[in-house]
Amino acid sequence: MNDNTAVTRTSEAAHREGALLPPVDVIEDARGIILYADLPGVPKEKLNLQVEDNSLIISGDLALDMPEGMEASHADVSQPRYRRVFTLSRDLDLEQASAEFANGELTLRIPKAAHAQPRRIEVRAA
Amino acid sequence: MATTYYRSLFPRDLFAEIDSLQREMQQALGLGPSIRGFTRGFPALNVGGTPGSLEIYAFAPGIDPASIDVQVEKGMLTIAGERKAVEVPEAATVHIGERFAGTFRRVLPLPDDIDSNAVEGSYRDGVLHVRIQRREEAQPRRITIH
Repeated sequence: MNDNTAVTRTSEAAHREGALLPPVDVIEDARGIILYADLPGVPKEKLNLQVEDNSLIISGDLALDMPEGMEASHADVSQPRYRRVFTLSRDLDLEQASAEFANGELTLRIPKAAHAQPRRIEVRAA
Repeated sequence: MATTYYRSLFPRDLFAEIDSLQREMQQALGLGPSIRGFTRGFPALNVGGTPGSLEIYAFAPGIDPASIDVQVEKGMLTIAGERKAVEVPEAATVHIGERFAGTFRRVLPLPDDIDSNAVEGSYRDGVLHVRIQRREEAQPRRITIH
């Protein structure tokens, strides 16, 4: 219960401070969904994948190797974090989900639950 | 940012709502803190400087660093390469396709005081970091007064 409150607060704080929306590709086939997200500048240990209620929250903090005393003169990437929320659907089996993160690119595979796998229904002549 | 797309049914509080409204407006006007679509080009660039160097960060995730072409020529830094699109299996549906794919080239004019022979590049976590030293004579020097 306490843990839950802490999680909510953290995500609220991140939300208020503003975050970049990582671009994603979402591809679905009969077996499940593959989500690719771009989070350049986020080291693996700063990437956070959370499932809250019916939502998938992808967030990550940037960690750039900046020399001391550097003054920024131009910033396309103007926030220190990424955050994006997706609503999940029931046919997905998160227990079986797997994630890879390399070179700032996240690959998340979420298979469909066994009961949601497509089944061919045979139609017989009466 | 999330509220831009996924609204909660029960607003948390007034300030959070105003905040999210403001973000939505910024987003609509293209002023939002959004990396989405890379409207200013791919890779996104951050540039900074210290008295001794110029630091350029190019946000180019998922690219083999060996295939990125970085050149300093005639006072310009050019970053070019290609990002392959993900393979979409047959009979699959693409629900969202926002990530950049294809060839890219970004050119950045450099200040006069850089040393084009002292350029180093590194690639980590999908970010290409190029550091260019400033010429020694151009660096600020403290003059001692006797």
